[in-house]
Amino acid sequence: MADWVRVCPLDEIDPEDVIRFDHAGRTYAVYRAEDGTPFATDGLCTHEQVHLADGLVLGDAIECPKHNGRFNIRTGAALRAPVCVDLRTWPARVTDGHIEIEIPT
Amino acid sequence: MVMTAEPGGTEPGGTAPGRDYALTGRDAVRARETGLANADWYRTEIPRKTLKALMQRRDGPALRDTALWFALLGLSAWGGIAFWGTWAAVPFWLVYGVLYGSACDSRWHEAGHGTAFRTDWMNDAVYQIASFMVMRNPVSWRWSHARHHTDTIIVGRDPEIACMRPPNLWRLLLAYGGILDMIHSARVLVLNAAGHLSDAEKDYIPESEWPRAIRAARVHMAIYAATLLAAIAGQSWIPLMLIGLPRIYGAWHMVMTGLIQHCGLAENVIDHRLNSRTVYMNPVSRWIYWNMNYHVEHHMFPMVPYHALPALHAALKHDLPPANTSIWDAYAEAIPAVLRQVTDPDHAVRKPLPPTARPYKEVPGHG
Repeated sequence: MADWVRVCPLDEIDPEDVIRFDHAGRTYAVYRAEDGTPFATDGLCTHEQVHLADGLVLGDAIECPKHNGRFNIRTGAALRAPVCVDLRTWPARVTDGHIEIEIPT
Repeated sequence: MVMTAEPGGTEPGGTAPGRDYALTGRDAVRARETGLANADWYRTEIPRKTLKALMQRRDGPALRDTALWFALLGLSAWGGIAFWGTWAAVPFWLVYGVLYGSACDSRWHEAGHGTAFRTDWMNDAVYQIASFMVMRNPVSWRWSHARHHTDTIIVGRDPEIACMRPPNLWRLLLAYGGILDMIHSARVLVLNAAGHLSDAEKDYIPESEWPRAIRAARVHMAIYAATLLAAIAGQSWIPLMLIGLPRIYGAWHMVMTGLIQHCGLAENVIDHRLNSRTVYMNPVSRWIYWNMNYHVEHHMFPMVPYHALPALHAALKHDLPPANTSIWDAYAEAIPAVLRQVTDPDHAVRKPLPPTARPYKEVPGHG
């Protein structure tokens, strides 16, 4: 069952940045794109289980801090080797100045 | 940098007593069982804002350096050809050789990480050109280097260990001539072009990428064949002096800087401060090497571009062992350690940390 879960105030994440969010035994990466829109994906790289929140957001891409593989933060699509498997994405929205993501609870 | 004794990893059977460097061998199994494979490595704490600023990509520095690189390659090639047959050509070829046979390695490395330029196609273009110059399959070596960063100097996991133990001193010395490495690289390319990937390559390259690796090797071999034909048709060494041979006569700087990255330091640890070496160098070597002398910093934070490594070093050095003060100083540390490893393969240099540093992260169960 999925539900909307509050992550943090919107201004806690700079545009073109990412934070780690742990909930119910899972880890997520929550982003703001350059235009401020929030997005969310699974928190670990599909290549070697590294936290993407330690990486760098470049436009619509998140770059893994370990091997520089990249995913599209909007679609989860794998963009650059050594990443081959897409990343799972989760719905995100802004409510009352806070980012919320819809995830299993 | 990945000056290797056996690029791409050893095969079972070619192993040292007590250590099995093969990626499909005994120590590979042991590394997985003991948690050394894909371990959680030590990282110096650094404020997110500072790190984010250091990670930022720019096109400017690499565009400037690449334009200078190609200009110097062109100029030295012109001199070598213009003065061909006279002693005046020698310094031009010496310069051309290093720019081709050594600088290609650092360009390959940085563009492969995708950090040299902000613009992706520029990284890809330089990566393809430099891969050809350094005689590395651009597909398989991308995966090999990813493994080197996951499992740095973990026996049985890292395909890019240059100083295996006990060390083969002749092999290390001969590396400076570039011939052994070139022969090995050429052999791998020929095998790849024929459709063959070794067990080690199959271990770190996803199966979906195998056809691309084979295609890339065929492209490289076609260019070398065309160069050879041009040399034969023109009854001239010049085509080979321009393409291929610089990987031998100009590789010495790559080997000189590459061997001190990890040699003499620890194996099977999970703290890059124990197995990597930061060395202060003269500006010319740093330009050829694209700042990979800040090697602990690079391994700890591989997303930081080469042009920001001096700033990263300044931010981290309170937590790192003192840097070697010169290339000479690094060799003065590494050579005695490597010589001792001939009879004591378990020996490794362990540097004291400054009082401001956090203790070394030990492998669980081995502290």
